[in-house]
This record gives sequence, C-alpha cells and structure tokens, in this order.
Amino acid sequence: MTLLARLKKVFAPSATGPETAARMDRGFLVFENTSEVIQAENLLKAAGWPVQVMGPPPEIQRGCDLVIAFPLIERLNISRLLEASGFTPLETVPVTGPLLQPVDLFQTTDYGDWLMIRAANMKICIAKATRTIVNISGGGCPDVPYLAAMLVGKTLEEAPSPRALGHTLCGYALQLAYEELVRQCSPS
Amino acid sequence: MLAIIGTVPDDSVPVLVGPADLDGDTIVVQGRRFAVNRGTPALLAAAIAAGRVLGQPPPIAYLVGDIGRGDGSRRLYAHLSDHIAGTDHEVLVFHYLQPDVDWHNRVLFAVEEMATRPILIADAGFMYVAKMSGQAEAYDLFTPDIGELSFLADEQAPHPFYTRGFILHMADRAPEMIAMAYRHQNAARHLLVKGRRDYVADATGIRVTIDAPDVPNLEPIGGTGDTVTGIAAALAHQGMPIAAAAEAAARINRMAGQAANPTPATQVTNIIARIGRAVERVLPAVV
Repeated sequence: MTLLARLKKVFAPSATGPETAARMDRGFLVFENTSEVIQAENLLKAAGWPVQVMGPPPEIQRGCDLVIAFPLIERLNISRLLEASGFTPLETVPVTGPLLQPVDLFQTTDYGDWLMIRAANMKICIAKATRTIVNISGGGCPDVPYLAAMLVGKTLEEAPSPRALGHTLCGYALQLAYEELVRQCSPS
Repeated sequence: MLAIIGTVPDDSVPVLVGPADLDGDTIVVQGRRFAVNRGTPALLAAAIAAGRVLGQPPPIAYLVGDIGRGDGSRRLYAHLSDHIAGTDHEVLVFHYLQPDVDWHNRVLFAVEEMATRPILIADAGFMYVAKMSGQAEAYDLFTPDIGELSFLADEQAPHPFYTRGFILHMADRAPEMIAMAYRHQNAARHLLVKGRRDYVADATGIRVTIDAPDVPNLEPIGGTGDTVTGIAAALAHQGMPIAAAAEAAARINRMAGQAANPTPATQVTNIIARIGRAVERVLPAVV
C-alpha cells in the first residue's frame, strides 16, 4: 500500500473504520457523580496522564453525565492510582465497546507435576508440589517480561500479585490467571 | 539488514541502537547486557542463533527500557518516527512495545518513506496496535498464539483482555478464527499461528499445518513464541518467501524444543541453545 493510500485509509471518514481505530486504545472511567469525575481528572492530569472529560455514550447506563477518557492499555496502573486515592470508578470500559467485558474464561492444562492456567493471552504455570511459579508466557505489553522477572521462581505465598506490580491490560489478564490459579490451588 | 525493535524490563535503559550479540545467556547491545529470559531478548537471541548458522551478520537492535508504564516505548516510537525512514533495513520486526495507535501510525508512515519497503513482521504489543489501528494489512507476517488469534478474530476487541467469550470458546477452531481475522481485515498478509498445532495461513486459508514433533511442554515456557518469531525473521532475511520462512521456523522451534527435552519449568535459554542444530537439520540445503 502506498503512503497516499495509507493516509487515505487513516484519515478517510468512516463509521466503523479509521475513526473507530483512532479511539480503540482509549477507555472510559465512569463515576457516581461529577464531583468524583473532577477530582479524578485532576489527580490523573497531575500524574501526567493524557485524560479528557466528555459525555458518556448511550450504552453506559450507570454513573453521572460525564466520563473520563484515558489510555485503555494502562488500565491497571490508572486503576491502582485511583483506588489508592479513594476514587474507585463504577465502571471501566473500552471507548469503542462500552459493553465489552474482561475475559472470564480460563483454560486449565494439567501437566502432571505442573499446572498451567491461561486467561486471554496470558499463561502462568506452577509446580504443584512446591507451589512455585515456574513460567509465565504470552502477552505483549512491556510489563509482562517485568512481571515474569518478579514472579518466576517464587511460591504463590512469596510472590507479589500481578495487580501490585503490573501496569497494563496484559498485567490485568495475568492477575486474572493468577487469581484462578490461587483458587484452584486452595484447599477445598 | 535485519532490525529487531522492542523493550527490556529495566526502565533505566535509554534508547539503544546497534548490532546485537549473543554471549551465552545474555544479549549485548552498545555494551549493555540483558538476560535472555523471554520477550525481545529471547527473540533477538533466536534470530542471532539462526542467523549464525546461515552466515548472517548480527541483527540491529532497537531497544529501550519499559516496565509497562509506556514511557520507554514512546521514546522508542519517537526515535523510529524520526530516523527509520533514512535506514536501509530489509526486514523490520516489531515486538514488545506499549500499544499506542497514534505512535504506531507515525512509525508506519515513516516506514513508508523508506527508499525500499522492508518486510514487516509484528508480534506481541506491536501486533496488537497494528490491529487496533486498522493497519494490519500493511504487515507481511503476524505471529499470534491461540489467545492472540482470538483477539485478531474479534473485530470489536481493543485488546485480548476484552475478547468476547463466544470467540474464546473457539480456541480449538483455529481455521475459523483465521478466516474471521482476514474477513475483518485484522490479519497481516501471512499468519503464523503458534500453538499445539502451528498454522501458516494467508487470506486464502491455511497453507500448512505443523504438528510434529509434538512437544506439549513448550506451551507454558515463556519465550517460546518469541523464538519462533526470531527464527522466522532470520529466515525471511535470508531471502526465503514469508510462508516458507514461517513454516520452517515452526519446525525448527519444535525440533529445538524437543532436543531440550523440556518440562513446563524449563527456561527458554535451553531451547535457544539448540536452535542452530535444528536449523541445520530442517534446512540442510540452505546452511
């Protein structure tokens, strides 16, 4: 595709094409009232996040008449900052799909002495006997190699949760896999 | 020249550009050493291991430190958009970068300004943002695993985290998901789907299925998908057609994995050490 053709594809008006693509990496934070929106916006802007207050789309049925648009990929990092400051959003949804939900389907693979859980694009594997995390694979955001370096080699009791160290949606997916692993390894 | 672009999990690392060397279990770029565990160092190590057997010079690495905050990725995006047009790289591999649609498009525009269009390969975060941007068809090869293929097949999902359940339930129906990805223009010209069975596909459908040797213990090992991509990049740089390079890379990775006799606790360095021999066995006429 030539440069001109690509420019046309990126900038041509379309209901489902480039305009949607341009917003696909953004999410909405939904709050109970406008006071929380304003305080959360101030907090996020002070921390350097490129956020924007706007009206919610019709699919969002909860909260007030303002939402905050934010970089969706960095959801885990932003959620941690907001929750630490007492501003937990009612909902956090993708701009292009406010009704989309995080994955809730887990794939479990039993390797005999080892157990692997997959959530979306993230996989975590432990040795059953020692409950040691032996491998983390999958994912594509830069916190995945960082999380692997922090977690692999530690037991489930020793390891920090991915939620505590991760920053992105991949980190969040790993958190879900980790929670499922802890649930399956807990005494029933 | 083969160029490999990605991140390392140390946020003190500035943008580094230079030939990458593999020294034991570490990658060396501009005098800085990085452990080969997974991610871009594993991709680099696999490309170097395959390239050595093929007589290739070391790849050029574009690296930056990023632990998920995205700041390092944005510095590397900026460097690429300013400088990549003036290079003569023949193959560009984009890997673990924080997905950012605006920066992705700037880099792609810069690539379009190169005197000769390079082969474009994307994996990991850069594959995600290539799909998110609606520009997947600009790429020659994506290398998703099954979870990532579900994301490519779901035209609504902005990230694998939001892949819809009915598509996740199709994990054992890769051919259908491949068709969905192409129908929605969310796939590169070629796909190498990495899994229990590997598939090489294009818009006409699955061209090749690779399921031998069968080494189930490879799936949990972090970095084994990265090594496939690195090998495919080295073979494409050797001049092999993309589909043939992808097929051979899948076979080589499986063979190297089998030679390592892995358990789910094996680390990827044990497999990378066997890539050279596997290249010789799979491609005796090339080495």
